[in-house]
Amino acid sequence: MRYLAPTTLEDAVQMLAEDPGECRVLAGGTDLLVRMRAGMTEPDSILDIKRIDALREITAEDGGWRIGAAVSGAVMNEHEGLCADWPGVVEAANLIGSTQIQGRCTLAGNLCNASPAADSVPAMVAAGAVARIAGPNGTRDVPVEDVPLAPGKTCLEQGEFVASIFLPRRGPRGGDAYLRFTPRTEMDIAVVGCAVSLTLDADGICTAARVSLGAVAPTVILVPQAAATLEGTRLDEPALNALARTCSEAASPIADKRGTVEFRTHVAGVLARRAAKIAHERAGG
Amino acid sequence: MSKIHVTTKINGDPVEYLCEPDETLLDVLRDQLGLTGSKEGCGTGDCGACTVTLDGRLVCSCLVLGAEAEGAEVGTIEGMAEAEALHPLQQKFIEHAALQCGICTPGILVAAKSLLERNPDPTEEETRYWLAGNLCRCTGYDKIIRAVMDAAADMRKAS
Amino acid sequence: MALDSKTTQDVMQFKVVGTRPLRPDGIDKVTGRARFGADISAPGMLTGLVLRSPHAHARIKSIDTSAAEAMEGVHAVVTRRDFPERDLDEGTADVLDNCMAGDKVLYDGHALAAVAASSTHIARKALKAIKVDYEPLDHVTDVDAAIQPGAPVLHQGRANESVPEGASPNIMARYEFGHGDIEAGLAQADRVLERSYKTEATHQGYIEPHACLAQMGPDGQADLWCCTQGHYMVRNTCAEILGLAQGQLRVTASEIGGGFGGKTTVFLEPVALMLAKKTQRPVKMVMSRSEVLRATGPTASSSVDMRIGMTKEGIITGAFAELRYQGGAYPGSPVDMGAMSAFAPYDLEHVKTIGWDIVTNRPKAAAYRAPGAPMAAFAVESAIDELAKGFGLDPLEVRLRNAAREGTRASYGPTYPAIGLEATLRRAKDHPHWSAPLGPNQGRGVACGFWFNFGGDTCVSLNVTPDGTVTVSEGNPDIGGSRASMSMMAAEELGIPYEKVRTIVADTGSLGQNEVTDGSRVTFAVGLATIKAARAAKAEMCKRVAQVWGIDEDAVEWKDGAAHPAGPNAGTHPPMTLAEIAAIASNTGGPIAGHCEANPEGAGVSFATHMVDTEVDPDTGAVKILRYTVFQDAGKAVHPAYVEGQFQGGATQGIGWALNEAYIYGEDGLLQNAGFLDYRIPVASDLPMIDAVILEIPNPGHPYGVRGVGETSIVPPLAAVANAVSEAAGVRMASLPMSPPKVLKAIRDS
Repeated sequence: MRYLAPTTLEDAVQMLAEDPGECRVLAGGTDLLVRMRAGMTEPDSILDIKRIDALREITAEDGGWRIGAAVSGAVMNEHEGLCADWPGVVEAANLIGSTQIQGRCTLAGNLCNASPAADSVPAMVAAGAVARIAGPNGTRDVPVEDVPLAPGKTCLEQGEFVASIFLPRRGPRGGDAYLRFTPRTEMDIAVVGCAVSLTLDADGICTAARVSLGAVAPTVILVPQAAATLEGTRLDEPALNALARTCSEAASPIADKRGTVEFRTHVAGVLARRAAKIAHERAGG
Repeated sequence: MSKIHVTTKINGDPVEYLCEPDETLLDVLRDQLGLTGSKEGCGTGDCGACTVTLDGRLVCSCLVLGAEAEGAEVGTIEGMAEAEALHPLQQKFIEHAALQCGICTPGILVAAKSLLERNPDPTEEETRYWLAGNLCRCTGYDKIIRAVMDAAADMRKAS
Repeated sequence: MALDSKTTQDVMQFKVVGTRPLRPDGIDKVTGRARFGADISAPGMLTGLVLRSPHAHARIKSIDTSAAEAMEGVHAVVTRRDFPERDLDEGTADVLDNCMAGDKVLYDGHALAAVAASSTHIARKALKAIKVDYEPLDHVTDVDAAIQPGAPVLHQGRANESVPEGASPNIMARYEFGHGDIEAGLAQADRVLERSYKTEATHQGYIEPHACLAQMGPDGQADLWCCTQGHYMVRNTCAEILGLAQGQLRVTASEIGGGFGGKTTVFLEPVALMLAKKTQRPVKMVMSRSEVLRATGPTASSSVDMRIGMTKEGIITGAFAELRYQGGAYPGSPVDMGAMSAFAPYDLEHVKTIGWDIVTNRPKAAAYRAPGAPMAAFAVESAIDELAKGFGLDPLEVRLRNAAREGTRASYGPTYPAIGLEATLRRAKDHPHWSAPLGPNQGRGVACGFWFNFGGDTCVSLNVTPDGTVTVSEGNPDIGGSRASMSMMAAEELGIPYEKVRTIVADTGSLGQNEVTDGSRVTFAVGLATIKAARAAKAEMCKRVAQVWGIDEDAVEWKDGAAHPAGPNAGTHPPMTLAEIAAIASNTGGPIAGHCEANPEGAGVSFATHMVDTEVDPDTGAVKILRYTVFQDAGKAVHPAYVEGQFQGGATQGIGWALNEAYIYGEDGLLQNAGFLDYRIPVASDLPMIDAVILEIPNPGHPYGVRGVGETSIVPPLAAVANAVSEAAGVRMASLPMSPPKVLKAIRDS
């Protein structure tokens, strides 16, 4: 096995393209090293992207934020501007594992692991985040919800990797929130996750919303019909009831060791209602 | 498989080692450098017994490759006391009987030290959440939390 | 040895016992210097790894190790064929079969081969190169399914004579306890509650995986370093399995990173010794967490049918329980102790329990803290709670009305001496926790628990050094502060400061036989032996001083750390301190020491009452533990901080068992949660502080009144939490774990 540690994006792209065997990109490593240890993956090479300065930064761009693929959850949590604009995304990233995992885990890694239960992904989807993918043919931008295709499978082509995540301009009177359900208070995988991002007008009416669910389908899903239950409302009880019902209807989970179909379906609605209220409050509603 | 030469700093000392590309920092610390204070309880980042700092950031050393420590500064339990002087957290853990078997203790101490460096006056809830990644099966956490809070109070008075 | 005459609790004045000194191994453990199982290496050491079954149940048709053996860097491969054919007793034969499968693999993770190689990388590759031809067989993992007609059979014809003819071949033994006429008792009740209860298998969850380092020379002399609760047990078992002389195998116990009963048997050790024998190199073996969960010794899962009759005044008129425990793939689930302990807290005229020991395709159960008792108490204490609340009675008052006390004939046979159950109940009733207000969706639960406690073979050597300090050598790994307790008891007895005593855990070559650290025995039995050893040393010192003074031995008495002339000689000589006597020992007959070899009876049963407040989220079924208080009798708390620690730790393990811990097997019979992510032991943020209230009702069987405290604390919490959750959720929870999906379903179905 080889360990590659390029210092520029160009070198990384070239190394990945030229690697003769299976090459895995290492960002935080909190999934990759576990999989290697369990013998679930045996790469020929590991490409560590943490020595590429550009990927270790959070930069302002077009009123939004570009988060490099090697930026850890702990670094995000210490970034005031990002926390002010997208508290839901930061909170979601900070629900991944322990304080120790926070020191390593990344949004890009969480996305590329392509688990339907990934905590940060519903929050990114609700935020309208866009992944910038680097590869031998240059870079391309893909909405986060289009990156995972199935459990463990992404839209990345051979030689491609996610270089950064772009969170758009928040704008006034916007708020987002992510909630997940786990049996323990920490150190757990989401049995259900839900993220809500919304914008209010001056009168407190919701003008735009995005609602996303995790762990209730093969991938994290964007639920436009749930967003529609909020738009044009003040998030009053009937709207929240409709939201909860719509989210439960949109859920098509499996039963496994972490939860039953019945439980996940019901709790999807419960979390949606609670997350919407937090997002609403953050938007100044 | 050819080994990688790594130059790093561990507990302030310059250290060089050769490691396999897939060898974890934990294995390097324990098997090559004899720093067995960091423990492996799970190997998957779920127990915190292998907690160290990497460039000041708390990590599970079982989820870091040895190769990644190149040019970094690593802090382990072995570097917590200064000569004969225990760190206040270490002293409080003994005084409060905050350890029974002691296997989780090094990881918890490294994590608690990192907490107090960032937050000298944590609430009980903040302390519990910060340490949620450090499993202890003996104590029910009660005396651990008390020891950390008490050490924090003493350190605030001293500073 | 009885409680010191004339020294009942009222008059016994302790100087050291009952204080909270710093533990002697504290600095090693906070600095990372303490050496646990995996922390030792040897020159030329090889790595040993185990090949484990991917099937729940299969016949091994063949194992081809040739490719693995031919690999560069592979020094040996062992299978069952390498172990000598010996006439082992049934229990040891099962241990061997569990460490290295014979004809069949009986569970997911069952060991069937092992390799020793020059690196972990090579050892892993070698495991993959071993070719095994399996014939998969049908499997069963559920305790009730295992005794249905037509269930897959694990062992044909292994049931013992207690099992009635025609019973399921997966039943290994039947137990019955009790007295009176159960039907007559139930007939007197105003209400008879019939209910069934289930608990899932849980794991001790010690953070340190099993690890050992073995060496063996061509002359058959062997050394083993390992983390264990009993290195004498390891020596005896390994010697028997390998055909070694016990005296030729020296076992040294490392520091132990938790055990809770799970390290009272062997898994890796005989295999490591066999690899060391074949390679003539040191071999180190360390389990991964997944191996620990798949293939060590979790506790039993249980299914219990209960009938309890109660009058509307809260008197239990009759109590019957039928308990079915599966203990994995071999006989020996702790159902016997479940059946004995179930009704032990109560004074009952008509009581009966039947226990069935059942085998399934799961790993062989090992002890887990009060083995067998928590599941039984879950059923009994849940039923009593339901009856009490049904009559509108105070659940603590109902327990007090039925409580066992001195003179009560226990449901399992003996008559109790002085016991502490009533004291714990009364203290619980008076505690502010009992009267604190509760909010919406909150509930409070109480439950009682019992454990037998134990003595066992014990050997202690106490040596006085020439400078007048004292070393105590004992043979029980220190699992939670016992070296501190032994030093305290030695210091107390000798009348010297705690700091003058150092206690070590000696290897198997240094002392006689010692029972494993189990049955909450160490502070009681090793403590008793330490006190006796100290008394022997004192007698010797008095003798030496009598010689110096030229008076009779019995004219010298020991007090405050010195020999004094007594009786008519009082005041005739200045007292001689221990240090002064030690300094001249060479001239008065040689070194001074005291020994004790004993198998003490009188361990003194222990009782506890737990109280817990929970809040249930009615929309998700999530349970939050709000407040928890433990009331337990410690007899005499030697080091109260470590007694509290035992109470708190046991309560927390019980909370985990009640709420989220469980072995989850799939339809394929494979364990689905072999890691700390999905085997969910409580984390710091799941819990409040655990208040610990120590009661001291002296044990008549110990000179200081000590009772074991380690195990009782895990007995009440399953029921206490269930009673609290049932109240908060408004629906009776009779199946553990009370995971959120289960609680939510119960709420929505009610």
